[in-house]
This record gives sequence, structure tokens and C-alpha cells, in this order.
Amino acid sequence: MYLIDQHTKGIMEECKLRARDAGLTFDDETLEYIVSNKDLIELSPKAMIPTLYDYWVNDVEVLKGKGKYKLYPQNPYETVINSRPAISFYNDNNPDWLNIMIFYHVLGHIDFFQNNILFEKTWNDDFVGQALADKRLIETLRREHGRWVDYVIEFSRSIDNITGYFGHLSMLKLANCEELSPQLNFYFDTFLHKIAGVHEHEIFKEIERYNLVEEENKELAESIFLKEVNTKYPEFESKFKNRETVNSHYDDLLEFIREKSPFLNKEKNKWMKSLITIVRNTSLYFAPQIRTKIVNEGWASYWHDELFRKDNRINGHEADYAKINSGVTSISRIGLNPYAIGMRLIQHVKDLGNKGRINSTFQEIKDINKREDFNLYTGQGDNSIFELRKNFSDFMLVNTYTDQDFVDEHNLFVVGKRMNEEKGVVEYYVKSRKAEEYKQMLIQSLYHPPKIEVDMEKTDEETLYLVHKFENRQLFKEYIPDTLLGIEYLWGGRVHLETTEIVKSNTLDGEATYKLIKVVYTAHYRKITKENI
Amino acid sequence: MKKTYKKIKSQGISPEHEELIKREINQSTVHKTFCADSEKIKVGGFYETNDIQVFLNFVQNSPSPVLSLQTLDDLLARDKKRVDDGFPRRIRIGKYIKPGKGQKEQVVVVPSTTEPKFYHDDSITEEEDTGGAGEGEEGEVIAEQQADQEGEGSEGSGPGQGEGGNHEIGSDAFDLGKVLTEQFHLPNLKVKGKKRSFNKYIYDLTDRNRGFGQVLDKKETLKRVVETNIVLGNIEPNSNVDPEKLLINPQDQIYRILSKEKDFESQAIVFFIRDYSGSMQGKPTELVVTQHLFIYSWLMFQYKENVSARFILHDTEAKEVPDFYTYYRSQVAGGTSVYPAYELVNKIVEDEQLFRENNIYVFHGTDGDDWEENGEKALTALRKMLTYSNRTGITIAKNPWSQPDKNTTVENYLSRSGLLDEQKKLIRIHAIESDGATEQAIIEGIKKLIE
Repeated sequence: MYLIDQHTKGIMEECKLRARDAGLTFDDETLEYIVSNKDLIELSPKAMIPTLYDYWVNDVEVLKGKGKYKLYPQNPYETVINSRPAISFYNDNNPDWLNIMIFYHVLGHIDFFQNNILFEKTWNDDFVGQALADKRLIETLRREHGRWVDYVIEFSRSIDNITGYFGHLSMLKLANCEELSPQLNFYFDTFLHKIAGVHEHEIFKEIERYNLVEEENKELAESIFLKEVNTKYPEFESKFKNRETVNSHYDDLLEFIREKSPFLNKEKNKWMKSLITIVRNTSLYFAPQIRTKIVNEGWASYWHDELFRKDNRINGHEADYAKINSGVTSISRIGLNPYAIGMRLIQHVKDLGNKGRINSTFQEIKDINKREDFNLYTGQGDNSIFELRKNFSDFMLVNTYTDQDFVDEHNLFVVGKRMNEEKGVVEYYVKSRKAEEYKQMLIQSLYHPPKIEVDMEKTDEETLYLVHKFENRQLFKEYIPDTLLGIEYLWGGRVHLETTEIVKSNTLDGEATYKLIKVVYTAHYRKITKENI
Repeated sequence: MKKTYKKIKSQGISPEHEELIKREINQSTVHKTFCADSEKIKVGGFYETNDIQVFLNFVQNSPSPVLSLQTLDDLLARDKKRVDDGFPRRIRIGKYIKPGKGQKEQVVVVPSTTEPKFYHDDSITEEEDTGGAGEGEEGEVIAEQQADQEGEGSEGSGPGQGEGGNHEIGSDAFDLGKVLTEQFHLPNLKVKGKKRSFNKYIYDLTDRNRGFGQVLDKKETLKRVVETNIVLGNIEPNSNVDPEKLLINPQDQIYRILSKEKDFESQAIVFFIRDYSGSMQGKPTELVVTQHLFIYSWLMFQYKENVSARFILHDTEAKEVPDFYTYYRSQVAGGTSVYPAYELVNKIVEDEQLFRENNIYVFHGTDGDDWEENGEKALTALRKMLTYSNRTGITIAKNPWSQPDKNTTVENYLSRSGLLDEQKKLIRIHAIESDGATEQAIIEGIKKLIE
């Protein structure tokens, strides 16, 4: 692994100037490295972060291919890593014109990393440096505690996809708002509803009343209001003090265990907490990346296409470029290509923006001819896509802009799969060309980890009670016992997991029917049992 | 097949037996070898492409174990420790990875691991829709591909299923064997007679050297010391010897030193017989071929690749196939007779005079079905086989639909024949429920066959 030569660096700097002129914004400094295949093999399990901590699972050969997404959903490989300065990787034998194309693509990614608000948490640190510090800490702990360090890493990683990333992100934004005091939050969110058993419209009345008090006297509003509350509900004060055992729902299991586990809170086990923090932070660092795969690749592809075609340095290589670019961004006949779908959605949004179609007036038009002719010539296309780059995740992009016009324009359809018993083949067929169904199919295929929460009422010093929120998808059963075993170790006591399983049975005429069954898994003394409830 | 059936029927059979036979006849499929991966349709999702593949043209092949930061041995040792610490093992074997470079694809058998987490699993509701683009009316079929036997197509150890192209098992099976021998402590096969030397050497402390060396040979040294002192006159005949007066010449000290010795190794031929009749559909076949792959790999390790294997498939007729790939991937169909396979083995051994210089092992995998209910011909052939083979191991992979408490046809006639007791050293039989058989159960099965 070594830095690119001065000539190539010059090309990169030139690309930066042109990209800035087009409106992209990013830090001045970037680092570009040439890597060999061997480097890549070693970097891939570490999600391209050269300084990430060592871990034995990375050393074991992992079955790649289809299983990869299942095994490492938080690690989308990029040629660019979201560090400060941003680092990107290249082959050593690319011709200049190809480097220009890749550089534009890379700058698209860097711009996205540094401007999309899902990445806000990563803006202030350099993860590569952080990872190095973490790696050293882990090495020190390994010298002291041996293989138990790896067990703690393993068990923390087994729940590192349940880290409440969005909760985390919204807290960041909330900090700017005026927040209510814990007492008031408790009163409105929990006390009235759960303890006092007040009806919903009464709660709204209370909120109204508080707003009135606040309007009159901003400074003293809270104390005046709470005084009245205490007169009305004398038990409020004591309930508030004991609230934690009743209130608080945690959707960040890893954080919850780190804070509350009786086992980890023992003096001799406190070192384990820093490992959990490392695993959790690493996972949170990757969280925005996996949730912006389509919009990020689309954005980078859109810009490499825009900028490259206008670049005079490529004269004579237009045909070469066209060949490579079509390989990257052509829509698959069967299958989903994030570059293709992402780029076309962004182009679609730009078109909508240019014609002033992003408003309710246009959306309410049903007549197909009127829709086609609708054009306000607002020329707001660039604004629309920069807005999208700032605020959108994959889900928002797909959910907002996959409309019938888009599906029709690109001839898209949902592909179904069915068995043809007679011929003994699996057939792929055009299942639907409806935008709504195409959109649902896209949403179904997006990364979405299960939601698993701690049930505080059933959790105490000895028992941790987890509830899987059922979203019509069951958990991958094979992994449940081993995952629970790890949680049991970290908690130091019995662990329950309540989940819903789907049982399939065939009726006499061959129709498949599905039954939902609620079950509880229990891990106790490293034995796993399962019961129906 | 129908002809065989009529012949058997004319000899009279029990109704249950007839039902089994009919089940196979009604399947009406033909044997074929599964299509290579290159012919398959690849359906990609959003997360299966990335910048590295697209821009660096980097093929996501398996990292070679040489590159791993810890050696295989370290990893296995670590895995073994997990059991002591009270956690289940995490390194598994028998997975296949396919490096896509070059024309020839290879099976690479390496240890692998997974990181269990809570994931969503959509397989049960079969919501496998994906995206597409281009021409085509709704409902129109745009592509089709060969159905997998089980319709699962999962990666892993399934035989007769999609993964992989034309495979070379050779050196990689050797790695698997190493893992098996070290991780699961398979008992070593007893090597019988017919040893033959090769150009291989071992190192042993057999040579003697005066004055220096690795280990002092006390007996030899004492002899030399006594000799020297007799010459010097320090030891008189018929008188007591005073050890303190003895002189010790440094040259009298005899040491053993490391030396090169020719090693002896044995040749072995292993016959793998696989029942690929229609009733073997699905799980039983998966079990049998997985077990045979394990045995084959392990023997290759144990015999330092001095094992050669022959592969025989049978339904109502038997045929030899040239390589493990064909053996592994041929699809099931047709009826079942065991004896043609045994007769074919006898014929090959006889014709090629294999018994003279080889240890011969026969492993047979079947679901225990045989259209010949009394198995007379099979038993005759088997008796002959036992005269030259070192061990014959029969695995009965019981079908999910067979009654668990009832013995299969093959088990029945074997136990009636008394061979299992008479020739206890030479023949073993092991029955195993093929539905839900784990890797561990398969390995236990191997132990049963060769202990």
C-alpha cells in the first residue's frame, strides 16, 4: 500500500477544482493509495479500515458470495473510507482517463459523506485514528486477559446491529431544540398515561394547560406547573424518583447491557465495558453507510457521469468510458443494481425539480397527458438533488420518488420466481409493472435489522427480558441460540427473548398457509430452551 | 427399470415392498449431472455490488489461508479451547468457496465461521421478488434455470445443488482431511500388511556418533569406557572395580544423532459406492455424499495422498464414474439393486489385481432400499468382497418417510446372513436418520464405520 505518484495526484487535484465548480463541497485534504489484491484481501474483513482491531473471525476464511450480506451487513466495501482526511484506494495500472472517472466517483462519495446528515456523527472525528487507538487498547487488554477479550468482542458483535442508530441520530438534532425537563417528560409521556390512567384527550388538555402557563411566565412555568401537579397527584414525586425501573424503553441493547449488566458492573469485569464501547462505536460508524448505499452510489455515479463527460482531458476516450460506465450503471435485466437505480432516481428528481414538479399541484394531476406536459420551467433541478444529498437515506429516496413515471420511463418491473414442476425449472417472470409494488419490493430488499427491545417490567438484577418487535418477518432461527448464549454471558444471568415464529403448512390443495406462534427462548446456565406462549 | 420390476414381481414380493418399488418407478426422472455455476442466472441485490468490484476489478475470491493472520493450527487450537470455556465451537468445515479466476473453478474446502446475530429471515414466506427492467408483459417468463433438488439452492455442502462448477477436489480435500483428523480425532485406520517403501524419509535418533551428539547413549558409552580401561589396565579380571579410578576419554562418549531413514507407507484404494436411485431424493443423498467427501478427504490426509479412489454409482445397474465431481453431482433417479455395485467392485479388483498391493476399503451409502428383498446376490458378492477388503462400511441414510423403528431391507438381509457377527472386523453398518443429520452426526457415523 503506497501513495499515488505526483502525476496522478495532479489529476486528482484538477478533478477537485472542477467538482467544486459544479457545487460539490468537501475538505481540501484527501489521501489516495495504490493497493494490491493482497492488501484488499486483508482490508476487506476490516471494512477497508487499515487500523481496525484484529479479531479472529477476520482470520478465518469466511464464506463469501451470497452469504456475505448476511454475515457482514454493516460493512459495505467502498473504495473510499469516511475518514479525515478521506482515504481512497486504487489499482496501480489504471490509465489516466480511467482515473479521472474514478476520481470523480470518489469525490462524489466524499461529498456525500461530508454533507449527508446521516453521517453527522462521523464529522468531528477521524475514524482511522480512533480505530488505531482502539486497536492498541484491545492489544493491551489481550495481554492481560487473553482469549476472554475475544469472547467479549464476539458477544458484543453478536448484537452490534441492535444499536439504536436512529435514536442516536435524533438525539443529536433534539439537542438544538428546547427540551423539557425530565420531570415534565415523565409526567406527559408516562405518568399520565400509565400510572394515573388518564384518557388521551385529557393528556392533550394538560399539554395545552402547560403551554398556557408557559406563555404567561416562561421562567417560572415549570415550577408553577409542577406544584399543581404535586397537589393533584401526591404520588408523582416518588413515582418520578423510581421511574427508571418502570419507564425507559431501550432500543439500544448493546448500550443497555454496557450500562446495566450486573456482571459488567462488577469491579473485576469493568474492563469489558471498553470493549463493548469499541464494538458499538465501530458499528455506529458504519450504520449510515449501509443505510445510504443506493443514494450514495447513485450520487457518486451521477457526478462521475456529469463531470466526466464535460472534462476535456478525456478527449479520445469517450468510447472506452461509455463501455465502462454502462457496465457500472446499466439496469440489470434481473436483479438490483444500486448504481443504476440510485443514479436514475437522482436524475429523475433533477428532472422533477427542473420542471417544478415537486409540489402538490403536480402530484394531484391524474390526467396522463397533463402530467407529461406539466412544466413550470423553474430550473430548480440542482437544488432538488443537493437537498436530497443532504437529507435523504435509501428508504426516503425509494419511498418518496419511486413513482409510476419513473417505473415506466425505465421499463422497470418486479421479477417473481416460481417453480415449473413439469419442466423442472425455476422460472423468473414479470410479476408486476405497478409502481407501488415495485416500490414495496425495493423497500423489502433494503437493510433493516430486527428491532429488539428490553422489557423493563420483566427485567431485574437476575433476568434480562428481550422482546422482538414482529414486523411480519421472523428471526433467523439458527442463530438465535448462539446469540443468546453471548448475551447471557454479558448479562451474567438468565436471558429471555420473546419472538414470533412463522410456521408454514400446506393445505390439501397445495396452498401454503402460515401460522404465527409466539415463543420465548431462554438462556440459563448456557442451556437454551424454547417455549410457546 | 420396468423390466427388472416385472422380473422381481414374478418372483413374488410383499405388498409393502412393492410400494417402495412403485414409489421409485413413479418418480420417472433421469440421472443427470447438475449444471455448472457459470450456466446459472445470478440475481444480485443492492448489497452485492460495491466500488471495489466495480472499479478495482477485484474478484471476491477466498483469501488463502496463507494470508490469514493466525495459522490454521492456532485457530483450531483456539476453537478447541472454547469447549473448555463452556461455549460452542464456531469453526465449521465442509464449506465451498469458488475462486472465479481462470477457466477452471475449484472447490476450496476451508474452515469457515459465521457470526450469529439477530437477522430477519424471509425464506419461509418465500418473498424472493427482485427487480428487473426491459421488455415483457406481466406474467411473461423472462428466464428459467435448472431447479435444485431441494429447491433451496443454499450455499454449503448440499450435493447435486447449484454451487460450483467443475471441481477439483484433490489438494483441498487434503486440507479438509487435516482439519478432520485434528479437530475430530478420527481414529486412525489400521494399516494391514503389504507395506511398500517410497522415496520418503523420516528423521529419527538412530545413528551413533562418538564425542558429540544429541542424546547420550549410556549403555554404549559405558561399554566403551570399560573397553578403554581394560586396555589401560584399570580393570583387573576377577576383582572389584572401583569406578572412581576409571578414566573417561571424551571419544568414548557415544551419542545418538538425528538421521535420515527411509519411511514406509501404505497404498490404499477406496471404493465409494453411492446409491443414486430415486428413493435417495434429497436428504439421504446429501448425507451420503457429504460423508463420502469427508472420508475421502480424511484418507487423503492420513495416507499422504497415497490413496486412490474409485467411484461407483448404482440404481438397478452399476457404473463406474471417473471423478468425484460426477460422483458427487449425479442426480438421483431409477430403481434400486445393491448387488450390481458389489459385483462391479469385485470385478474391478479381480481384473486389475488390486488386492495384491493395496489396502482396499469399500464405503457404501444407501437408504437401505433394495428391490431384491432377500438380497441373495448381494450377499454372495459381499462375502467375496470381504475376502480381500480391509473394511467395508455401509451407511444407511434413512429416508424421512421410512418408519424409524423398522429396519430397512438391506439391514434385514445383512443381519439375517450373520455376516455382521462372523466378520465383525471387516464389515460395519451404521444407520442414521437423514433428516436433520448434523455434521457432527455424520462424523460420528464415520467413526462407527472405521473404529
